[in-house]
Amino acid sequence: MSSNKLEEYLVEKGLFLTAIFSIIIILIIIAFIFREGFPIFQEYGVLNFIFGMNWAPSDEQYGVFTMIVGSLCITGLSLLMAVPLSILCAIFMAEIAPKTFRKILKPTIETLAGIPSVVYGFFGLIVLVPLVRVQFGGTGFSMLTASIILTIMILPTIISVSEDALRSVPHEYKEASLALGATQWQTIKNVIFPAAIPGVITAIILGMGRAVGETLAVIMVAGNVTQIPNSILDPVRALTSNIALEMGYATGVHYNALFGTAIVLFIMIMVLLVIANYFHYKKKVVIGGGYL
Amino acid sequence: MQTVFWASGIITVIILLVIIGYILIKGLPAINLEFLLAEPIDSGESGGIAPMIVSSIYVTLVAGIVAAPLGVGAAVYLAEYAGENKVVKLIRFGAETLASIPSIVFGLFGLSFFVIFLGMGWSLFAGGLVLALMALPTIFQVAEVSIEAVPRSYREGSLALGATKWETIYRVVLPAAIPGITTGVILGLARAISEAAAIMFVVGSALSMPISIFDPGRPLPLHLYVLATEGISMENAFGTAAVMVILILIITVVTNTLVERYQKKMMGR
Amino acid sequence: MNRIEVEDLNVCFDDAHILKDINIKIPKNTVTALIGPSGCGKSTFIRTLNRMNDVISGFKHTGMIYLDGEDIYDPKIDVVDLRKKVGMVFQKPNPFPKSIFDNVAYGMKVHGISDKDVIQERVEESLKSAALWDEVKDKLDKSAMGLSGGQQQRLCIARTIAIEPEVILMDEPCSALDPISTTKIEDLIHKLKDDFTIIIVTHNMQQATRVSKYTSFFLHGEIVESNLTERLFLEPEDKRTEDYITGRFG
Repeated sequence: MSSNKLEEYLVEKGLFLTAIFSIIIILIIIAFIFREGFPIFQEYGVLNFIFGMNWAPSDEQYGVFTMIVGSLCITGLSLLMAVPLSILCAIFMAEIAPKTFRKILKPTIETLAGIPSVVYGFFGLIVLVPLVRVQFGGTGFSMLTASIILTIMILPTIISVSEDALRSVPHEYKEASLALGATQWQTIKNVIFPAAIPGVITAIILGMGRAVGETLAVIMVAGNVTQIPNSILDPVRALTSNIALEMGYATGVHYNALFGTAIVLFIMIMVLLVIANYFHYKKKVVIGGGYL
Repeated sequence: MQTVFWASGIITVIILLVIIGYILIKGLPAINLEFLLAEPIDSGESGGIAPMIVSSIYVTLVAGIVAAPLGVGAAVYLAEYAGENKVVKLIRFGAETLASIPSIVFGLFGLSFFVIFLGMGWSLFAGGLVLALMALPTIFQVAEVSIEAVPRSYREGSLALGATKWETIYRVVLPAAIPGITTGVILGLARAISEAAAIMFVVGSALSMPISIFDPGRPLPLHLYVLATEGISMENAFGTAAVMVILILIITVVTNTLVERYQKKMMGR
Repeated sequence: MNRIEVEDLNVCFDDAHILKDINIKIPKNTVTALIGPSGCGKSTFIRTLNRMNDVISGFKHTGMIYLDGEDIYDPKIDVVDLRKKVGMVFQKPNPFPKSIFDNVAYGMKVHGISDKDVIQERVEESLKSAALWDEVKDKLDKSAMGLSGGQQQRLCIARTIAIEPEVILMDEPCSALDPISTTKIEDLIHKLKDDFTIIIVTHNMQQATRVSKYTSFFLHGEIVESNLTERLFLEPEDKRTEDYITGRFG
């Protein structure tokens, strides 16, 4: 084998190793999270752990159900606010905004995506918590406050992925509709948006994933009480928060229970990812192989 | 209807301006040379944030040095060598999974694997490795897109001159894809430099100046989190937040300018 | 003497039979034109001569191609060495997004020439041979992407000459260019034929008559007729050739 060919061979194998690195890492991550988290399922029971209403490590109570509900409530409420705003904004960017304004919006969204989550949390703590307290009563540390912060944090994800989906709708569709005498708004409503729906759903699920996984920004404003909220002004605790709040001093079963919380979180995220992939795949089909 | 669309765009811009404006207005007065160069006193109640800046630089460097070659290598493999097969699909799914694992789960993994299992102890090095894993999918995904965007004609031109495949990649494809790759690396590292949850149980949260990367430390976002949640000093918290926001803005602007300049030079405009 | 001899070449991409029983002899230091309608296989044919089809999935071939008596598909042959001997100029100018100088120096660098003086000298020579030197000598460090289309194509020719090949394949080199640039390239081809064996694919018949000594007419993946260019155009032997050159189809 000439030195050329040997070099080519080695390079290809080396690159292959870098490519499968992420798979190896995921396997190690799963292995370690399960290794540390599995004992809680054995000792406390899977169902007791997932559906238990009480979380009191000092009394050996390890039910995470209130936090599952907490995570879902915060996420749901933030999607309720973020989805309309970001889809409107994505359509605005893709179809309506004049070039000059788009030149402001694009970096705005990139910067919003780049602000550290702790800074968002800090902003929420200093500005939103007092605002909610004064406007709506209570302590201000609430599901609502956390949802508002998450809304802002997931805006860039939903906007940019939706915008891509809207932009990848073939130009011909739009021209055909306009040529038939449809107005711009009719064209968007009846042609462009429906064609982009799978991509928009992917965007929403990705935003949802980010909301479920967000930790510190939520801790800083949500109040972190382990209870099922009665109103959006009640404090709640998310799964992520539970880990971050207690890991610093947890030992023994408590330590395992926090890894167990991570397993629940991990499974929720994986479900979302698989759903997102399903729609992403559909999107390719819908646009007839024209995707990218 | 037009009004609603315009409103949605304007609201988005206003949100950004309010957040950044508020942080900067409240934080800038706290920033001076002493704040940047001094060590914190009384857990950060007064004094500066120099050790935190150094910690942030250390973890980001480690993350970059580890993640950039891995991410770019994987991108090159998928774009240039692999066809469409099961392994490739698995690799892509792997990267997506890595991208969507919550940061706190990375934190637990870092604690149980790097700190305890591999015996690294609480250190900036271990924190950097965790952040490398978080930055990896971003670098990989952006790099792959920009490598695939390099026209096939460049590759053919090079091969026809008798260059080998690797020479073609190394001398023609990668230089042409550098602006995109750089953007990917910076995006990945921006994520790393902003991250607190993933490293809070890994870096040890020490307040003193780290001498080597194997010392424990406390990067800026973690410091901000501690200052704010433990109510130590709001003034210094604002200062720290402002430093981070400025840092992120500088990184974004500088990268964009460099990338644009390189592209102009390359394309002869 | 023949530089290239092709015997019973058949090429398939997956199930599509693109080239059928191709036999052709290409004499040394002459210009041979390949004409024929789009999709007749002429581009595929010249891409088998420097094995550029190797990278396309589903490529299969049978038959022999000899370069100076050596089988170029012999497993012992290194394609890198082959492509050094058989250069190629593409349909669309494809300079690298590098400086003009680096474009021309590229081939030498990948072939291990590191002596700066040698590179410098040969870059200048190649650009002169490609009739581009006077236009670019003051901006060698500027990006090649800033040149006009015609200049870019001459740069690609210079880049190919710089590695001193024996054969230059040109795949419709003027199809993306304006008439003035086309004339310049044709003049250049005239000049280069003393030193190189040139095979040019074109669907412009006037161009074939202007630049080539021999012409082969491709149709549906076969060579219908090969002859001296003059003879082929004035007294075609095959009815199909006559139909094509008189514009009855294609």
